[in-house]
Amino acid sequence: MKKLLREFSKGIFIENPTFRLALGLCPTLAVSTSVINGFGMGVAATFVLLGSNIIVSAIRNFIPTKIRIPCFIVIIATFVTIVELMMKAYFPALSKSLGIFVPLIVVNCIVLGRAEAFASKHGISRSIFDAIGMGVGFTLALVLISAIRESLGNGTLLGLVIVRGFDPAILFILAPGALLVIGLLIGIVNYLTEK
Amino acid sequence: MEFNQLLMIAISVIFINNFILSKFLGLCPFLGVSKKTAPAFYMGLAVTFVMTASSIITWAVYSFLLKPFHIEYLRTLSFILVIASFVQLIEMFIQKFSPALYRVFGIYLALITTNCAVFGVAVLNSEMFLKVSEDLVKALVFCAVQGFCAGVGFTMVLLFMSGIRERLELCDIPRPMKDMPIAFIVAALMSMAFMGFSGFRF
Repeated sequence: MKKLLREFSKGIFIENPTFRLALGLCPTLAVSTSVINGFGMGVAATFVLLGSNIIVSAIRNFIPTKIRIPCFIVIIATFVTIVELMMKAYFPALSKSLGIFVPLIVVNCIVLGRAEAFASKHGISRSIFDAIGMGVGFTLALVLISAIRESLGNGTLLGLVIVRGFDPAILFILAPGALLVIGLLIGIVNYLTEK
Repeated sequence: MEFNQLLMIAISVIFINNFILSKFLGLCPFLGVSKKTAPAFYMGLAVTFVMTASSIITWAVYSFLLKPFHIEYLRTLSFILVIASFVQLIEMFIQKFSPALYRVFGIYLALITTNCAVFGVAVLNSEMFLKVSEDLVKALVFCAVQGFCAGVGFTMVLLFMSGIRERLELCDIPRPMKDMPIAFIVAALMSMAFMGFSGFRF
């Protein structure tokens, strides 16, 4: 049990996919314009990660090593298609605002990275905890970045106005704001972990 | 009319909606291979070639396979498989016929397989042209032009970035900000500069 908890917690802090490993940056930057978008993306990616980790770890002994990457990609793409169709059916507004970044989960390096580095070498239960930990770490990072960007760039949080009369800096919800925020955040994380 | 539209697509993809700086596609190679100018240039060439070729291939898959059988929902699965196997094929082909070329481009081709910019241009093509257009040839030309120009825009920004980062090596940067963080800040400033292009009107 302790081991499983360690697999879970490492994804959130020590090996946080966004801040420590710098994986999956494209969706992180592109969809973090509002907290709802960021959270939706995080949950979608977590679902794909969980599904692909379970399947990959379950059939890891049957996949020939030479063609393992194409096999992983097919498994991941299947789950991405499931997410794509579900989101279109139940959350059409979210699906529209995430746009092409929903199908792009398939090339998110976190998902393929975990399949290759963890699930293909470990049992199902550990892979499940690894996937949930990484997914939660990714979602937390997305929510943090999008909270900063939404509050500075739009003056709102989860769509609610924070301070009346605050003139928001639109730059932060545009493209440069995303790069600026993540650059400073990684810098801060580096500074804190250096000590 | 036709030519005007093509020019508009080209300018839009290279400058206004640059893949790296405003769409955030292909950030991994952008940060990973931009430390020196020469590798950045080779990476850009390889990406441009693969983007153009995969635009054409996915056009064929979409209009001859997915659309006639009404299985458009398999787009993600089929596109990624076709692109990945195509890149693998090119890699094997180059390795066999020109080891010298392979030594230069081989490692970049391997990296491109799951590059979101390549997959992204295929998805964007299908959203913008393939879903709506009835005229197959027109859609093919549009897809190919968008793929090629996206690659050109990618190469251009990658070259700018590598030039700046070569200079940054000599600067005295606070230790926690070294490497990645400062690269992001530089990219933010470049992105701000590129926002100026969004004033283009046709």
